[in-house]
Amino acid sequence: MTDLTETNQKDDELPRLKSIVEDLLREAERQGATTAEAGISIDQGLSVTARLGDVETIEHHRDQGLGVTVYFGHRKGSASTTDLSARAVKETVSAACGIARYASDDEYAGLPDPALLTTDVVDLDLSHPWRLNADRAVELAIECEEAARSYHPEISNSEGATLTTQNGVKVLGNSLGFLQGYPSSEHSLSCSVLGQRGESMQRDYWYTVARDCDALEPPRAVGEKAAQRTLRRLEARSLTPRQCPVIYSAEVARGLLGHLVGAIRGSNLYRKTSFLLESLGQSVFPPFVHIHEQPHIKQALGSAPFDAEGVATRAHDIVRDGVIQSYILSSYSARKLGLESTGNAGGVHNLTLDPGDMDLAGLLKQMNTGLLVTELMGQGVNNVTGDYSRGAAGFWVVGGEIQYPVEEITIAGNLKDMFGGIVAIGSDVDSRGTIRTGSILIEAMTVAGN
Amino acid sequence: MELGPDFSKTDNRERIQTMNDILTLAQQSILTPAGLGANDIDRVMAHVLSAPVDTADIYFQSSRYESWLLEDGIIKEGSHHIEQGAGVRAVCGEKTGFAYSDELDVRALLEAARSVRAIGRSGKQVKTRLAASGPALQLYRPVDPLQSLSEDQKIQLLHRIDQQTRALDPRVEQVIVSLSGEHDVVLVADQDGAMHGDVRPLVRLNVSVVVEQGGRREQGSSGGGARMDYHYFLEQDRAMDYAREAVRQALVNLEAVDAPAGNMTVVLGSGWPGILLHEAIGHGLEGDFNRKETSAFSGRIGERVASDLCTVVDNGTLPGRRGSLNIDDEGTPTQNTVLIENGVLKGYLQDKLNARLMGVPLTGNGRRESYAHLPMPRMTNTYMLAGPHDPKEIISSVKHGLYAKNFGGGQVDITSGKFVFSASEAYLIENGKIGRPVKGATLIGNGPDVLTRVSMVGTDLELDTGVGTCGKDGQSVPVGVGQPTLRVDGLTVGGTRI
Repeated sequence: MTDLTETNQKDDELPRLKSIVEDLLREAERQGATTAEAGISIDQGLSVTARLGDVETIEHHRDQGLGVTVYFGHRKGSASTTDLSARAVKETVSAACGIARYASDDEYAGLPDPALLTTDVVDLDLSHPWRLNADRAVELAIECEEAARSYHPEISNSEGATLTTQNGVKVLGNSLGFLQGYPSSEHSLSCSVLGQRGESMQRDYWYTVARDCDALEPPRAVGEKAAQRTLRRLEARSLTPRQCPVIYSAEVARGLLGHLVGAIRGSNLYRKTSFLLESLGQSVFPPFVHIHEQPHIKQALGSAPFDAEGVATRAHDIVRDGVIQSYILSSYSARKLGLESTGNAGGVHNLTLDPGDMDLAGLLKQMNTGLLVTELMGQGVNNVTGDYSRGAAGFWVVGGEIQYPVEEITIAGNLKDMFGGIVAIGSDVDSRGTIRTGSILIEAMTVAGN
Repeated sequence: MELGPDFSKTDNRERIQTMNDILTLAQQSILTPAGLGANDIDRVMAHVLSAPVDTADIYFQSSRYESWLLEDGIIKEGSHHIEQGAGVRAVCGEKTGFAYSDELDVRALLEAARSVRAIGRSGKQVKTRLAASGPALQLYRPVDPLQSLSEDQKIQLLHRIDQQTRALDPRVEQVIVSLSGEHDVVLVADQDGAMHGDVRPLVRLNVSVVVEQGGRREQGSSGGGARMDYHYFLEQDRAMDYAREAVRQALVNLEAVDAPAGNMTVVLGSGWPGILLHEAIGHGLEGDFNRKETSAFSGRIGERVASDLCTVVDNGTLPGRRGSLNIDDEGTPTQNTVLIENGVLKGYLQDKLNARLMGVPLTGNGRRESYAHLPMPRMTNTYMLAGPHDPKEIISSVKHGLYAKNFGGGQVDITSGKFVFSASEAYLIENGKIGRPVKGATLIGNGPDVLTRVSMVGTDLELDTGVGTCGKDGQSVPVGVGQPTLRVDGLTVGGTRI
């Protein structure tokens, strides 16, 4: 089997990619563009799945892509390709220029404010390639899946355990002289198993993900947690319609903050497709809620030295004492709104809801009687009105204790009321993504079921 | 609707010849520019087959995609994307080795072949010849949509839609129009030296609007698409039909009151609400989940899973449809597969791997997002056939319930069978009459029994306008859905009003 890191590419790849980006920018200038921006990324990786104690798939990944955006004055065109050859560079620039000729003059379009560009790329310790060959990867996946399957006799079947590792380099440059890049890696292990008790069949999963393989949860622990999560869902029932408090467990609470990000994202604000228009300085959450962005946490999954336009990322408050402090803006949306970019072209970086003092058990006690939601289904969110209605599964709680699993229910409300109705935030922070939060207790929502 | 029962009348020999022409076209546009010949492919395949594997294939792809976006009355952005590469797969028993390359040269392909053949060491070989399927139909012309209109014409189309949409109603505040086209050429070489090709055009147009009235704002969105070129949108005033529909939906939602919460009789509209079948039935019948027995439908062929009014098919052979394919991504011609016949579960959707392991015929449902992804069983166009009831009669039969006319997306848990789909336009039904519109709400049910509660099926079968994209294991593929108006006696509606 090919050893994945035999060709450790990161050291020699950075200069090569930088020189292709320079070629792209030069070519854009040659073809008449006033300004241009170009990016390139390459990734290599391995993904193996083991099921029922044996290897099921071994996939070798190797992805590359380059993209260029050109401006003719304020007219913009973009093009991208998976081909990095000199011929492709020329053709891609030409395609972008072709489009810009037909785009309209848009006074807000253009490169970022030069003063906001990163000048000095901080080392965020994001690259830890895993010296792992396919055989070893299969062993780890098998160990994980076996731990899940042997956990309990009611674990009846499996969708397998998947180990994925990838590392790559990305480079971004523009005609203002910005040219930066950095390597990064990401590794994950996930496991999904089925349980059966009588007629009831359920599936659940668990996963661990990190920049450095040493920070992953051990395979056994991942497998056992997947098994535990599946078993606790067996013999779930529905609920009759009711109003009650709801706890979003940490792994689904992330989605609630995702809806906040959607509502205060520049593109939704200038299009007026948000339920939080004109919300800067407004109290949207209770006073104990603080949300901030921390783009420079070492090794974190959402860390980045600069955003998708090269604007330096920086730690800043989004919500302080329940009041909106900042929108989430790219250069374009910022100009449209008469504001300055917040370094969020391409998304947020470690958006963090400050944890409270209580763990999940404490939140359950505080809720006393209500619904603990551990899985959400479907979209069902109207960003214009804030109306929210989604499928859910979880547990019915009485006296602070879990009584039985529930499924085939919906939870509904309006996001404005839900944000304002946050009663407590857990200390059980889930850091497996670019949004970090503990569990969230909401005062009241409508639950429907049969 | 172009439901294609007449299509099979086409002369067989002529069809084969046409597909041969398409194969030649595919070879010319992928292999010739890369300087790859038949002997290069043989060499790579021989390299894979030097290990003890059951089956192997190489999937070549060359695709071009463009999109244009109008917003605030101006052409805000356009983009162009070129993607090409090849995926090499070797299968041994239940095991699959896979590698791909963005570079179409022999060296890169041989390297991929070296990586995948290692799977052959440990697998238990299962050599079975799959039942051959019929010849492929030619369901769409091998056109390049990107070239079908000049850039000026594309821009003019977007501007015209914008202006005419704004003129529809003074409450229209924002109009966003997006136009995209794809020219996708694929070539599949299998271990027996057979080669299959396809040239797949795909276009899509979408109009979304924001309306405002007395400080209240609502959104409406509508669109369509097909395996045609851009002229499709100019014909029959389709583009403006989408625009009118988007505005209509947004204006209806301005009047919407809180949706009810609880279990009630639900009448589902025709067309896109067929997402019900995609989520509740279709995914659960995909071969991989059933071979592994992880689906709520596993082992239930021959059982009653729906009322006898229900016949559901997955049909990849509808001419020009977004979900249609001449051949699937393993080279198998698509077909019309009966999933449920008069309420009884008939069959699963298969790719080569799962058909072979289950010992059943292929159905032409082996699909993949691109050369960089492994194929798996996926739906094409999934719909329920028309029934005996007048749609008006269905509404008037309901004393108290919900009429859900349009939907956003949906999702399913394969194992528990629970599925959701979110209504974007719905009305209360009171004493057989359509009443006030209600706000969007998610509907939730159980796949294996929801269709047993279908008590009326309309005569008005309609397919969606060509907007569906299905996601599974991180891979997206275009699909279609459809159904006639249906009455379901008992479905949970996730509103806020108890």
